[in-house]
Amino acid sequence: MKCDYACGTAEHGTSRRQFLGGLATGVGALTLGGSASWIPVAAAEQLKQTQKRILTFFLHGGVSQLESWDPKPNTVWGGPFRSIATSVPDIRISELLPFTAQQMHHLSLVRGINTKNSGHGPGQIQMTTGRNPMGAEQPHLGAVAAKALTPDSFSLPGHILIKGGGSSGGAAAYLGPRFAAVTLEDGKAPQHSQLPNTVSGEAESRRQEFRRSANDRFAGRRRTADTDAYTLSFDQARELMARREVFDVSKEPARDHELYGKSEFGQHCLLARRLLEEGVPFVQVNHSNYDTHYENFDYHLEQLGEFDRPFATLVNDLHERGLLADTLIVVMSEMGRTPKINPRYGRDHWGTAWSVCLGGAGVARGAVVGKTSSDGMKVVDREVDHGHLFHTYLQAVGVDTKQEFVIGGRKFPIADPAKGPISELLA
Amino acid sequence: MSEELKKTDAKELKDDDKNKPAPAAAEPVEPAQIKADPSKTHVVATWKYERPLTACRFDPLGRYVFAGTEDYTVQRFDLKDGKPTPLLGHESWCRAIGFSPDGKATFTGGYDGRLLWWQTDADSPTPLRAITAHNGWIRALAVSPDGQQIATCGNDHLVKVWNAADGSVIHTLTGHESHVYNVAFHPDNQSLVSCDHRAIFRHWNLSDGKEVRTFSAPTLYKYDDKFRAHLGGARSLAFSGDGKLLVAGGTTNVTNALGGILECAAASFDWESGKQKLLHVTKEKNRGTIWGLAWHPEGYWIGMSGGRNALLVFWKPDQAEEFAKFAMPEIGRDFALHPDGLQAAVAMAESQVRICRLTAKA
Repeated sequence: MKCDYACGTAEHGTSRRQFLGGLATGVGALTLGGSASWIPVAAAEQLKQTQKRILTFFLHGGVSQLESWDPKPNTVWGGPFRSIATSVPDIRISELLPFTAQQMHHLSLVRGINTKNSGHGPGQIQMTTGRNPMGAEQPHLGAVAAKALTPDSFSLPGHILIKGGGSSGGAAAYLGPRFAAVTLEDGKAPQHSQLPNTVSGEAESRRQEFRRSANDRFAGRRRTADTDAYTLSFDQARELMARREVFDVSKEPARDHELYGKSEFGQHCLLARRLLEEGVPFVQVNHSNYDTHYENFDYHLEQLGEFDRPFATLVNDLHERGLLADTLIVVMSEMGRTPKINPRYGRDHWGTAWSVCLGGAGVARGAVVGKTSSDGMKVVDREVDHGHLFHTYLQAVGVDTKQEFVIGGRKFPIADPAKGPISELLA
Repeated sequence: MSEELKKTDAKELKDDDKNKPAPAAAEPVEPAQIKADPSKTHVVATWKYERPLTACRFDPLGRYVFAGTEDYTVQRFDLKDGKPTPLLGHESWCRAIGFSPDGKATFTGGYDGRLLWWQTDADSPTPLRAITAHNGWIRALAVSPDGQQIATCGNDHLVKVWNAADGSVIHTLTGHESHVYNVAFHPDNQSLVSCDHRAIFRHWNLSDGKEVRTFSAPTLYKYDDKFRAHLGGARSLAFSGDGKLLVAGGTTNVTNALGGILECAAASFDWESGKQKLLHVTKEKNRGTIWGLAWHPEGYWIGMSGGRNALLVFWKPDQAEEFAKFAMPEIGRDFALHPDGLQAAVAMAESQVRICRLTAKA
């Protein structure tokens, strides 16, 4: 659903600035149709210290649970890879993730996911919005997180997608374009965020002054969410241009480049750390190439080989920097892959029994929730779906998901009211 | 095996008996006196197994077909009756099988990284020697023409040369920067060639283990900007009998590797210059990978494309397109040529070995 608050309601008047101001001072808090008692912060410094963040890794195409979080070696559909021990006794994961295995004590696994869907598009919607793809468009997890977690006077976007392959997404729906994803294509700073050489500083100032004047005049008569977002986008763009080096991963020390590696994904993980350290509430890093209908094992070997070390490095790095306690990490896909190996050494789409890995802020460490059958074909214990996961992610960072957003006088449940969190995962 | 297939098989073997030693004879099999006729290729036997197959090879005496399977075993099918005997020892899939030239020893390399030695005709085969050869998969192995060395390659980016007699390592060859997909000895017994995921070939001098040169097959590789992935490499590799040609099998014209939108192909190289001579393709585009390759003693290549079916493709060295082909409906995963040059085996994803005969039906 599109955000349209050109209705003169009180909620319009208490939109972004007051909402964020309330959050920063602990006075009002979110426009949630009432209480908003999570993040009880009173000062900027405290806010910085307890600022919750979410970092998601979206493995586009559908990573195979059997080649990652739920290996079943030497079973009928187990495939050729073996399982390995991890830093948590009794948890074994695929041998394709040896570095991640050493960080398992920071992470947990949900192995009983049944999203009852095996399509890329619907799966992506399910996993990023917590809802089934029907009816009105729902906001992406990043948009919800940005609205709920972005501090007042934060000069960077609250919802950033580091895109290295895979689709974009990140719609804010009724929350308004303010919370839609700002995409860093190939990990580069947002497009057009550098003043052209042909425009002098003085000319730029005059230009902006004229723009503000014209905007104010227009807004006095025909203000809408879209015009606000339009205006905001200019303000944000100027702030962003002033802080453009935040997106420049080359500013990180050489030692860290060495640790994360020179691969595109390694660089994106390092950039994600840089953004999280700057307080960006939601960062998504895409990694693609998991839709392996053909030669599943060869390509998972390649892709997870690229994923493993930088991801594990980032988990450990956030821990050592004291950021992991306030940063929820989620590794998700739009679905899993079939236990059955097709004749072309491939695995096809499978949403019936698959896994997600998560850790950090607000979740138990070293836990496994849910279980699949020995052949991997079905969930046999603690079945959950995208709705439960969505509640879990947000509650882990302090969002009361039973609340509602009130936009234009209408109430929008933050998460599917028919579902709840995976309570045993919440710390 | 069905009664009908038994009869057919028996008849074919009877025909063979007129012209060459019986396949079960314990002497090296000489090429048949009768010539193969690829255009007459037909299936003479189908042996079912309980699980999908991953690889196949005939032993040099032509008595057995050894097949890797998805249940971590290698099955030895007796060519006389198709009866399987398990070789238990690997802890993952096996797709690398080779033999000593006299046929007495069998070598298998597994995705568990282990290289195993076996007595080829043991009643109840057990590993005679096991070594951890690579960190990660052994993707392929080759035995030197004199039988003294075994070469393996794996996911640790290494090529290793082993003493076949005692299992000691002779050379550890470094230089590949991606997973090494295949390895082959030159018939002169002096050189080894390996090929990796990015279709980079490395030529090694066996006397000192030094790299002689590198060359590449751009026709078998691409970096896909959309998928952000390297796609390609030699899934099969073979020299011509005189060592003048090297052919690497794989895929070309890849538009969606993950979905199998690609075409089978084999790149032929002039060994002396390292230049690509031809890209062998099929007249009618075939969505598959050349999983198996062999040089036929009568002077042509046989490739097996698996992807949408199992397609045997026969290429003359100087022609890009095939002069004959034979398709089977199941999807093939490997191919081997019998030492008599008249029979071929195809390991099928659908849990069976197909034995084909490259002559007219009797």
